[in-house]
Amino acid sequence: MKIRVYQALLVLACVSLALGIGGGCSKRTGRQEGRIRIVGSTSVFPFVEMLAEAYEQTKPGVRVDVQAGGSTVGIVSVRDGICDIGTSSRELRNAEKGGVTIIEIARDGIAIIVHPSNKLDSLTKKQIRDIYAKKITNWKGLGGDDASIAFVTREEGSGTRGAFDEIVMGQDTRISPSGLVQDSNGSIREAVATSPHAIGYISLALVNQKVRAIKVDGAAPTHENLAEGKYPVVRPFLFVIKGQAKGQVKEFIDFVLGPKGQEVLNKEGLLSPIVK
Amino acid sequence: MRRLNPKKAELIAKGVLLLFAGTAVVALVAIVGYVVVNGIGVINLEFLFGRPRSMGREGGILPFIVSSIYLTAISLLVSIPLGLGSAIYLTEYTTEGWATKAIRFGVDCLAGVPSIVLGLFGFMFFVKLLNFGWSILSGSLTVSLMILPFIIRSSEEAIRAVPQSYREVAFATGGTKWQSVTRVVLPCALPGIMTGIVLAIGKCVGETASVIFTAGTSLRIPGSIFDSGRTLAIHFYLLVRETGASDMAYGSAATLLISILIVNFFAYWLMRRFIARVS
Amino acid sequence: MSLTKDRLVSPVLLAIACFSIAALFVIGLFIFVEGVPIMMKVGVWKFIGSTDWSPLEGKFGILAMIAGSVCVAAGTLVVAVPFGVGCAIYLSEFASKRTVTIVKPAIELLFAIPSVVYGFVGVLFIVPFVREHLGGAGHGFCILTASFVLGIRVLPVIVGISVDALQAVPKVYRDGSLALGATKWQTTTMVTLKAARSGILAGVILGMANVIGETMAVIMVIGNAVVMPNSPLDSVRTLTSNIALEMGYAEGDHRQALFATGVVLFIITMILNTLTRYVTRSRVGKRK
Repeated sequence: MKIRVYQALLVLACVSLALGIGGGCSKRTGRQEGRIRIVGSTSVFPFVEMLAEAYEQTKPGVRVDVQAGGSTVGIVSVRDGICDIGTSSRELRNAEKGGVTIIEIARDGIAIIVHPSNKLDSLTKKQIRDIYAKKITNWKGLGGDDASIAFVTREEGSGTRGAFDEIVMGQDTRISPSGLVQDSNGSIREAVATSPHAIGYISLALVNQKVRAIKVDGAAPTHENLAEGKYPVVRPFLFVIKGQAKGQVKEFIDFVLGPKGQEVLNKEGLLSPIVK
Repeated sequence: MRRLNPKKAELIAKGVLLLFAGTAVVALVAIVGYVVVNGIGVINLEFLFGRPRSMGREGGILPFIVSSIYLTAISLLVSIPLGLGSAIYLTEYTTEGWATKAIRFGVDCLAGVPSIVLGLFGFMFFVKLLNFGWSILSGSLTVSLMILPFIIRSSEEAIRAVPQSYREVAFATGGTKWQSVTRVVLPCALPGIMTGIVLAIGKCVGETASVIFTAGTSLRIPGSIFDSGRTLAIHFYLLVRETGASDMAYGSAATLLISILIVNFFAYWLMRRFIARVS
Repeated sequence: MSLTKDRLVSPVLLAIACFSIAALFVIGLFIFVEGVPIMMKVGVWKFIGSTDWSPLEGKFGILAMIAGSVCVAAGTLVVAVPFGVGCAIYLSEFASKRTVTIVKPAIELLFAIPSVVYGFVGVLFIVPFVREHLGGAGHGFCILTASFVLGIRVLPVIVGISVDALQAVPKVYRDGSLALGATKWQTTTMVTLKAARSGILAGVILGMANVIGETMAVIMVIGNAVVMPNSPLDSVRTLTSNIALEMGYAEGDHRQALFATGVVLFIITMILNTLTRYVTRSRVGKRK
């Protein structure tokens, strides 16, 4: 019986060694041929996955690996050389811009959402700012029911939050730390959908029947208003590349910026980038 | 306060305790039942063997099942030799002394490290420092750290339960220490050891916090251990986050729970066999 | 098999056995090396004592999170201890053998359910329940909700260890009490429970350690606001949720601050572990 145990162990060791070596080899070669690694924003993640699916259908043999980790993780990873493309849902800060190429692939609105039963359907940017800074704490003050406002935000490093901070909160006001924090667009949507007195912000493309997106400064969050610049809360979806894009990566980016890629994105509710 | 007749007090107490125990069982049945009932409708061959479409909102969960199996297998491959070896050493080759006390303390503390802290360590050490990247390898090495103490403890208990007389017979017939271990003690303790391993499988499958930052969230079937792959538990978590209580979420959860239930029932059956064998 | 080879086995196994301590050591080292510098930079007391957590502005105070973890642990214990010890007493003293074979595995199975499923069920049922029936800030994501959810999750730990502790009480104690005319319940409360006290305490401490380490279920139901809690209906953030929420995004000082949070967690867990051993050791000591 002992011999059989040794044999089994030997086989096991060989198998794992083979797996490891095989894997290692494929890792070395895979990086250059047929493999594109994308890391970044949780907001951009679903759309990049769809683009990857569409792209892989046109080019079999290419594998696009997409990780969600956050806008900042995407930017840092691509600068460290760990991935080929970093995605971000906010503008890069000056400190992050060195040595990278920034390509806008789409524009996304941020919708301010409330529970469908909420009487209000419009707020000014200032009112939203005051809600999030905890200066207005009851819906009554805005013409709604007498109930405290439960405002929901994303975590600090989120690209969506970064964009919201920049556009709605501005330089001088911070979101109060007593706001509820959820870790993705979807979970904010679910939280607002189930709490009658909640308010939150999510990617416009992810608004569904469960919540209502309100007007900001009188402009409804429609595509027309977005395209015409009337709806104020818009942020870019960015691809960040170290140096210049070449080879496989360049082909993928061309696909994304081309008609097929943009069709995928527009179908989901994103706007095409402004052609500069 | 009027003193309660002790017999009445006992009756009331028994009732309350029964209520408690009943609530616990009801809680289990309710949680498992709710998820499985809502999810079982979604599970069919296409679901189990298909690929996800549209970000997992439709389609199947095959890549996640494969990733889960892959991760669990590699974790076991790493932690079983280490765990079993440690257990054999602690029970057969030493007496209680400061060395064994230190080792046991280490094992207990390792067991107590929160899974997110292990995930943090795994992220910095395996993913970044050793440059394994987000991969099944990083994930399984982290998870193996998690289940190692568990395997050590359960193997130790199983080996200890083997009656001393068995070992004495081995020596009496001229065997060496190692022979007594491999030919007598281990085969006898095997069901008990297997129970521990099977329960560890259950833990691996459900693990999320330490895996999400090490094995990554890729939707593809991992081609090698250096590829990233999303396990079923993580897929469920991400689905709940993005889509709430959707069909796919229920389906994934139901698959997860059913596999864990099967694994656990198997462990119980093994344990029964073990107890029968050594008593 | 030659005796030389046999002698080789022992040191090899020793090396393997030491792997666990080695692993623990490496993990501890890594986390400390990454986390301590930022604690020094910010000032240890400021790090632990300040409630201002604004990583993007360089402010790292984790007091609110420590309070969050402590409150969740306390809340869970309030739920799980009576529940758990009650179940344990029932299983050990009052239940028939057949009932035990059904109920004990059922309770153990509660621990096998992944914590994400707990979070899911919590969000679906307990959050609305708390919101609608227990008032509060109106959204239901609070300490109370987390306590309910984690109370069920941690129940098996407390039940398992308490049952063992109760079973370990020698039969003569019970027999003596019954012989004096006490009812079974009186025996249990006045004799058996007292004797098993330290074992049960060890189980409770272990349960608390489990709760402090819990991450996924907590993130989903607790709201994650960075505030000092005033009531069980407040939303808070625990140390573990803080790490999980921000780990992906953090870089530089922020990331180190998360490691420092890991250091705090590590230390807390070590203390709880040592406490457990101390409590069980003193019981053994008393017996002699």
